[in-house]
Amino acid sequence: MVNKEVYRTLGLSDVEYKKIVDILGRDPTPTELAMFSVEWSEHCGYPRSKNLLKLLPKKGKFRTLIGEDAGGIIVDNIAIVFKMESHNHPSQIEPKQGAATGVGGIIRDIFTCGARPIASLNSLRFGSLQGPYNKYLLKGVVDGIQFYGNCIGVPTVGGEIYFDESYSGNCLVNAMSIGIADKDKLARARAKGSGNLIMYGGSSTGRDGIGGCSVLASKEFKHNEEKRPTVQIGDPFTEKCLIEATLEAIATGHIVGIKDMGAAGLTCTTSEMASAGNTGMDIELQKVPRRESDMEPWEIMMSESQERMLLCVRKGKEEVIKKIFKKWDLNIAVIGRVTDDGIVRIKDKGEIVAEIQAHSLTNAPVYDIAYKEPAYLKQINRLSLSKISEPGDCNRVLLQLLSSPNIASKKWVYEQYDHMVQTNTVVLPGSDSAVVRIKGTDKAIAATTDCNSRYCYLNPHRGAQIAVAEAARNLVCSGAEPAAVTDCLNFGNPEKPDRFWQFKNCVEGIVSACKFFKLPVVSGNVSFYNESPKGAIYPTPTIGMVGIIDDTRRICTQYFKEESDIIVLLGRNKEDLGGSEYLKIIHGLVNGDAPRLDLKLEMSVQQAALESIRKGLVNSAHDCSEGGLAVALAECCISGERIIGAEINLNYNFRSDVLLFSESQSRIILSCREESASKIRDIARKHGAPFRIIGRTGGNKLKILSKKITLVDLSLRDMHYKWTDSLQSLIQA
Amino acid sequence: MKFGVVVFPGSNCDQDCFYVVKYVLKQQVRYIWHKDTQLNNYDCIILPGGFSYGDYLRTGAIARFSPVMKPLIDFAHKGKIVIGICNGFQILLEAGLIPGVMLRNNNLHFICKDVYIKTENTDTPFTNLYKHDQILKIPIAHNEGNYYIDNKGFNNLEANGQIVFRYCSIVGDTAGEFNPNGSIQNIAGIVNKSKNVLGMMPHPERSSEKLLGSLDGLNIFSSIVRWIKSH
Amino acid sequence: MIEAKICITLKKTVTDPQGITVKHALESLGYKEIEEVRVGKFIELKINTNKRKTARRHLDEMCKKLLANPVIENYGFAIKEVK
Repeated sequence: MVNKEVYRTLGLSDVEYKKIVDILGRDPTPTELAMFSVEWSEHCGYPRSKNLLKLLPKKGKFRTLIGEDAGGIIVDNIAIVFKMESHNHPSQIEPKQGAATGVGGIIRDIFTCGARPIASLNSLRFGSLQGPYNKYLLKGVVDGIQFYGNCIGVPTVGGEIYFDESYSGNCLVNAMSIGIADKDKLARARAKGSGNLIMYGGSSTGRDGIGGCSVLASKEFKHNEEKRPTVQIGDPFTEKCLIEATLEAIATGHIVGIKDMGAAGLTCTTSEMASAGNTGMDIELQKVPRRESDMEPWEIMMSESQERMLLCVRKGKEEVIKKIFKKWDLNIAVIGRVTDDGIVRIKDKGEIVAEIQAHSLTNAPVYDIAYKEPAYLKQINRLSLSKISEPGDCNRVLLQLLSSPNIASKKWVYEQYDHMVQTNTVVLPGSDSAVVRIKGTDKAIAATTDCNSRYCYLNPHRGAQIAVAEAARNLVCSGAEPAAVTDCLNFGNPEKPDRFWQFKNCVEGIVSACKFFKLPVVSGNVSFYNESPKGAIYPTPTIGMVGIIDDTRRICTQYFKEESDIIVLLGRNKEDLGGSEYLKIIHGLVNGDAPRLDLKLEMSVQQAALESIRKGLVNSAHDCSEGGLAVALAECCISGERIIGAEINLNYNFRSDVLLFSESQSRIILSCREESASKIRDIARKHGAPFRIIGRTGGNKLKILSKKITLVDLSLRDMHYKWTDSLQSLIQA
Repeated sequence: MKFGVVVFPGSNCDQDCFYVVKYVLKQQVRYIWHKDTQLNNYDCIILPGGFSYGDYLRTGAIARFSPVMKPLIDFAHKGKIVIGICNGFQILLEAGLIPGVMLRNNNLHFICKDVYIKTENTDTPFTNLYKHDQILKIPIAHNEGNYYIDNKGFNNLEANGQIVFRYCSIVGDTAGEFNPNGSIQNIAGIVNKSKNVLGMMPHPERSSEKLLGSLDGLNIFSSIVRWIKSH
Repeated sequence: MIEAKICITLKKTVTDPQGITVKHALESLGYKEIEEVRVGKFIELKINTNKRKTARRHLDEMCKKLLANPVIENYGFAIKEVK
């Protein structure tokens, strides 16, 4: 008999417990209770978010693959599979292993589909680097990503890092991975065919992360110490062998289904594979390879030991699969078989310890959650420019912004990642988006992650729309057509109505923007309870986006290439200082509304830029984001291998800070040869995109004038030094 | 002519080397599983980069005992061509085919970036298509590339012309500030005494296609082809 | 002066991938009788004090704060007085 305290500790409500008793027609065994608790947790069953997530669009220009471990699109004969997932709470407790196992988990989701992982990205958020624990977290997370990513030989090609106090006490580690496969050779995550065998491959099972998924992910944690033993350890060497063994096994054609053991390990794989195939499964736990001899059945079912796979193998072909796994020195064992009664039956030494309808495990109850507009919004949306003093020296302000860790070069980080292995990386980290070519074709994949969570804090709906628009803009700047989205939704406690309001509005923002741009959301992940005793994080709906480049000769990067090129601005400069990096860094304010976003204008600017790049007219393209026009221009000058200056002549009646640092959306800076400018003008006119020639490249300074008054006059060397060295100095200070 | 690329558990640049030899160089190439011991059909064997056995214990220390290594050592002693890149270099050191040891980078971090190296000896099977002192842009990607050898060993390397590549600036300055990992005298690549075995930390397979930003590494492979054809 | 020898290993409940790989390697060299390998860190340090009790307290703090990661590692140390 189970008492209240036990199921409540496992995260189940009284109503849910009653429902379980109704489903089973009896009291659950401890193993069954544990299985329900993880399958019905937010991490696996999405009971709180499902109603909103189903609004996300599923169709776009390319055929989509949705519903397996990772989603994707089909381009010609190639399936491009990708997904982003959070590993926030484990990283906050043990940054190196937390981040490492995050990378390992997302990569397993990719090769489980039969796709070879070809690139990783990650979106990281920490509290201010003034705090020693935040610094420890950043170093540990970067160390974990390099430790795991470099060893398995999947290049870490891009991502983003932001710092804000709201993440102090709850950092975010969102890892994204992309893989490719022949479209006819994808694997499914299901068990089918009564009598087929269920095999276990990979590392042995230990007590790692037991209950991690329900306990770690469902409580605001105040006492890290107690939860420490549930952290898992990553073994990238085994995972590298597992990638090769899995892909070899799938290539035999004998694999009916396969799923990686991530959150909730065996519970999740057995029930979800059976449910997806409308079958059942008989499992004998004694056959599971294990590290510790005295494990309880529920411990084996809950273990989150890493680098493990569950395979459904055609009867009679088990020796073929065994041979492949043994070649790679990996454990492989038949642990059960597929049945046709729809029941997941778990035995220990022949004795049944759990017997549950697979569907009842995987169909978690779905809740409508109460929501309420947060009280802080009215207060914080006020912004009166007249109360903000205009800077006397814009040079100093620009240098300060270039040194802000949110804007400064992330070289210290990405140089620790092997971003070139697999010899596909055409655009290295440090430009608007990363580009990897697809060997054997003329095509390439561009990828980026994006979210300005400060905008989402000020205006969740529009902030989320901007995240989508900006990700698309980043891809366009590399010459790619935006194709599909994965999202990683990081929010506070959904049981608090103001937090859930943020979630609801962000999801609706993503839905509306993705529908407008015809971008399907093919995969994703929800991470709730991102809170520390100080409160919730900023709402952070991280957008991972993938775009397609048709011709590898037409790839563009953000930095100026030649002297005497014409500099063009597509889009409009407006007064949008709300939520800007300028207000935060220079005036210490997080106020105002998020920048305005006109989706039609955004589309016209992107189409004009993309067509110009694809016609070979553009030498560089860079989007204006944090820090506004001045920072974007500075980056065009200093972020390339060769640094090139520019002189910009503007003609506006704005205040200097508005003109230089406003974060108006839908702006792209292009550079081109003199003779291409008029062709770009025609293309812009065709799409209805505002076009303006704003200056010329050349020299060893960045000069920005408005109405003939010099606002910025800085040497490239000074800007380059500040931008390149700031992050490292902050970390090492 | 036939190249072989050895695959150890944990190798991760094996497919990159294979690709360059097959599709860029257009030569025959096969993978050699680390348990294979039949090397007679090959003219050149590549030990690729990666993390053989996860770099556990010491880089290259476990791979060095793989079954393929004994015949590989015989292959090298017969004067046939062996090139170890990155982790392959580390394995060659552990196996004693090249003198010296590899320490952790002096900044204690993994480093992945383009570096410049200077070709100091063009009279080898690996560099005969380069000009003396030619500067090459080739990326590095390693945790342990800080090459070390004692004074006597270093003097021998120098006297025998075994130092093939040194880290340098874009214009060829080999001052310490252009040394990315602390290796002794900026050493980036060395050959054995009879010059048929090369170990190098930079990855020439990553700089063999224009699309990837540099063609400077390709001539290492082309030099091998030329040398074998003329011998 | 007090000399301390500190030994840090992964907790028994934590997988030691390095240990497992080393065990396999030793087995393939013919040492079949090995039951388990665990790889850890060994640190030697000297402390300018003669107070054993304080030294022990400080060593314990050092291990907890920096030298070991109590999330996944155990530590132990032995001290002796040296000249």
